[in-house]
Amino acid sequence: MRTLFLLLLYALPAAADPIGYDGARHLLSRTGFGVTDPEVRAFSGLDREEAVDRVLGEARREAVQPPPAFMSVAAIPYASVRALSVEERLAWQRGNFEQGMQLREWWLREMLETPSPLTERMTLFWHNHFATGAQKVRIAHLLYRQNVLLRREALGNFGALLHGITHDPAMLIYLDNAQSRRGAPNENYAREVMELFTLGEGRYSEQDIKEAARAFTGLSVDRETLDYHYRPFFHDAGAKTVFGKTGRFNAGEVLNLILARPEAAEFIAAKLWKELVSPAPDRAELARAAQVFRDSRYEVKPLVRALLLSHTFWAKENRGSLIRSPVELVVGTMRTFDIRPPSLRPAAFASALLGQNLLAPPNVKGWPGGEEWINSTTLLGRKQFVERLFRADDRMAQVLPLPWEGAGGGSDGVAMKSDPLPGPLPLRDRSPRERENAMQRRMERGLAAYAVNADSSAAAKAEDPQRLLLPVAAVSPPAEGVGRGDLVRHLVADAAYQLK
Amino acid sequence: MNRRHFLRVVTAAGAAPLVAWGEIGSPSSRGGLPAAPPRRLLILVELKGGNDGLNTVIPYADERYRQLRPRLGIERDAVLKITDTQGLHPSLARLVPLWEAKELAIVQGVGYPRPNLSHFRSIEIWDTASKSEEYLDAGWLARAFAASPSPADYAADGVIVGAAGMGPLAGAPRAVALVSPEQFLRDARLASAGGEGRTAALRHLLRVENEIVASSRKLNPGKAFDTSFPTGAFGNAVRTAAQLAANPAGIAAIRITLNGFDTHANQPGTHAALLTQLGEGLSSLRDALQEIGRWDTTTIATYAEFGRRPAQNQSNGTDHGTVAPHFVIGGKVKGGMYGATPDLARLDGSGNLAHAVDFRDYYATFLQRWWDIAPGKVLGQGRAMEFLA
Repeated sequence: MRTLFLLLLYALPAAADPIGYDGARHLLSRTGFGVTDPEVRAFSGLDREEAVDRVLGEARREAVQPPPAFMSVAAIPYASVRALSVEERLAWQRGNFEQGMQLREWWLREMLETPSPLTERMTLFWHNHFATGAQKVRIAHLLYRQNVLLRREALGNFGALLHGITHDPAMLIYLDNAQSRRGAPNENYAREVMELFTLGEGRYSEQDIKEAARAFTGLSVDRETLDYHYRPFFHDAGAKTVFGKTGRFNAGEVLNLILARPEAAEFIAAKLWKELVSPAPDRAELARAAQVFRDSRYEVKPLVRALLLSHTFWAKENRGSLIRSPVELVVGTMRTFDIRPPSLRPAAFASALLGQNLLAPPNVKGWPGGEEWINSTTLLGRKQFVERLFRADDRMAQVLPLPWEGAGGGSDGVAMKSDPLPGPLPLRDRSPRERENAMQRRMERGLAAYAVNADSSAAAKAEDPQRLLLPVAAVSPPAEGVGRGDLVRHLVADAAYQLK
Repeated sequence: MNRRHFLRVVTAAGAAPLVAWGEIGSPSSRGGLPAAPPRRLLILVELKGGNDGLNTVIPYADERYRQLRPRLGIERDAVLKITDTQGLHPSLARLVPLWEAKELAIVQGVGYPRPNLSHFRSIEIWDTASKSEEYLDAGWLARAFAASPSPADYAADGVIVGAAGMGPLAGAPRAVALVSPEQFLRDARLASAGGEGRTAALRHLLRVENEIVASSRKLNPGKAFDTSFPTGAFGNAVRTAAQLAANPAGIAAIRITLNGFDTHANQPGTHAALLTQLGEGLSSLRDALQEIGRWDTTTIATYAEFGRRPAQNQSNGTDHGTVAPHFVIGGKVKGGMYGATPDLARLDGSGNLAHAVDFRDYYATFLQRWWDIAPGKVLGQGRAMEFLA
């Protein structure tokens, strides 16, 4: 009885009390990209519900910026490429690569500038969930259009998102459904939609996949406009049996059969738990959140709200229990230190080198994330990244020019700083190792333009830089009485800086 | 005690351990490793995405092969015939001399009962050597090295080349991932050993950091070879594997990866290019190992999550299948055909082949014959095959 009383005393008022600086830091780092001292202070006086509702209230359905410039010119469709000369084809490839880079920069800019970092975090979550890769899709216009869809429903409705992505040209190409036809349908989309997008492995039969694949035939892409296009001649209109129900199902009806399964809400809720709350879901709290999700007919906001107000989310032992993704680390570091360079290409290269090449997940399962973000290669890369930001002195500018850049690329430190990013990269012509090296070099050079002075940086001005920069105490405590700049450099090199 | 006071106490108590663990700086020690004899090297080559076995080792004399693959089948005249009934894909010409030297074993029909057709689940089954319905955390090589640690002076039990997941070495305490020895050594100065973590995530970070420090002390910069390596990502991985094989401090296992075998659509050109990379890569690896005198102490073996379906699909590609043939090469390999030729007359309900060799028997061969580790403890099951001397 006494224990129960104490528990109530602990649990109830805590939720209504101000979350304080550490609580605000926790919420903002889990729902955004890094934290800044002013925004943490602005949230610290709110209670849990006020703070969570304010984060959710800022959600957007569209980007702040206008579309990337390349969207004003129509894409050259795959069908026309066959008729091109060898040089024209190469130019097409280069154009796609360049536009893909521009789209990455555009998205990173949105992450930096948006008033709703949660919107971009969720857009990234869905990009990872409905993973689609530029390696296969190639045309940046299609990836941009998918990105718009992901953002529209990022905190919108999962059912609408699932229907949208099933008819999305980039996805239709990525998982081969555009070519799937009756008689011998391609099972790729049918398998992944159940295994990875909605139910999870083992919650369907091989027969369900074969039958669903028949229902998805006909969903295709127009050869000229690259818009979604239905091909009745490809479609198998016969009767199918999915999850024991039989009918002449089309794609939409099969999706609704999937959404009617309780496993779908549980699967999405569990995945989002691991994104926002902790590596191992609490079963009871997760079941409650999944129920909220189902009751709201797959509205995402109530699900996120339930997760962010769970007891586990606020538990002290849960601070720093998640590993920041490369994009979170790169964009988060830039936000925390108020770095706003004219070009974000080095940031795009940096996250790619750390294992998260935006728009190019390793496969349809997306980035595995969690502890798999960290191995010896990527951990050293992360340490290098932050070290470079604070040590971007003339040493950086002395990197020799790449062999194919000629004298124009310049090893002159002054020229480098005024023009750190030479024009379009002919990386596609190079071997992968050359490409990787070139990416590394360009990142190193580009980061020189990102340099911050640790002493006068935004984070150094915080009342307690350690409480701003780290979710838990530093593994190796900073020496007493060190200067602000050394303190900041010490803290970002600490293993705890990789956590959120 | 009023409410606010109580809260302060709780908060302070909650915060106390944060300070305490932050101050502990004892470097994790790895004392007590027994002195063990040097270990022979196993290089695993992952064919990621699921290689199409029937167009790799081709049953060219089987009529059913033509029926199942009217467009996708390799022309009989183009097949590199190595037996009366079977031959290699024309892009694997570089493997023919190895076959003729009896240094290439082809193990056919490798798979497992109740096969799972998901890439992700099936590679997990292969990496952890679990049963189809069993979920294990540690990789099979991690378990092998836990049962039988490599000598203490080794640079690492195993190295994953490239930045992907740790695969069969997941959970191994002495495993690192790197792209090349030079880059690893250049960057390792940023790592520092020691520290303890309160969350699992932090403990993982510190484990990786400690391993970087330990390995960097025993790793030499990459050797320059006379052997020339193919260009491209796989050629670079092969070069790194050869450099690691030349490292004075030992390494017991290396994993390299060739990506892109998930050929659902327009397979022929893609698959030919992949097999060219594989053949050239393996052949140059042989040359490099001979150059450093390690051909007789190294075995190279391929693996993948599954093979592909015997019948082609409507997109001129192949969907997920079950079994595949795998290549084992090395100076101590007993060349020839092992396992069983695919029986295209007997396909299961999904149109797939039944396995002839359990992949745990394949693994058991390396454990027992290469490293003298009892397979039972590591794999739960598995009997060594004959393809290694």
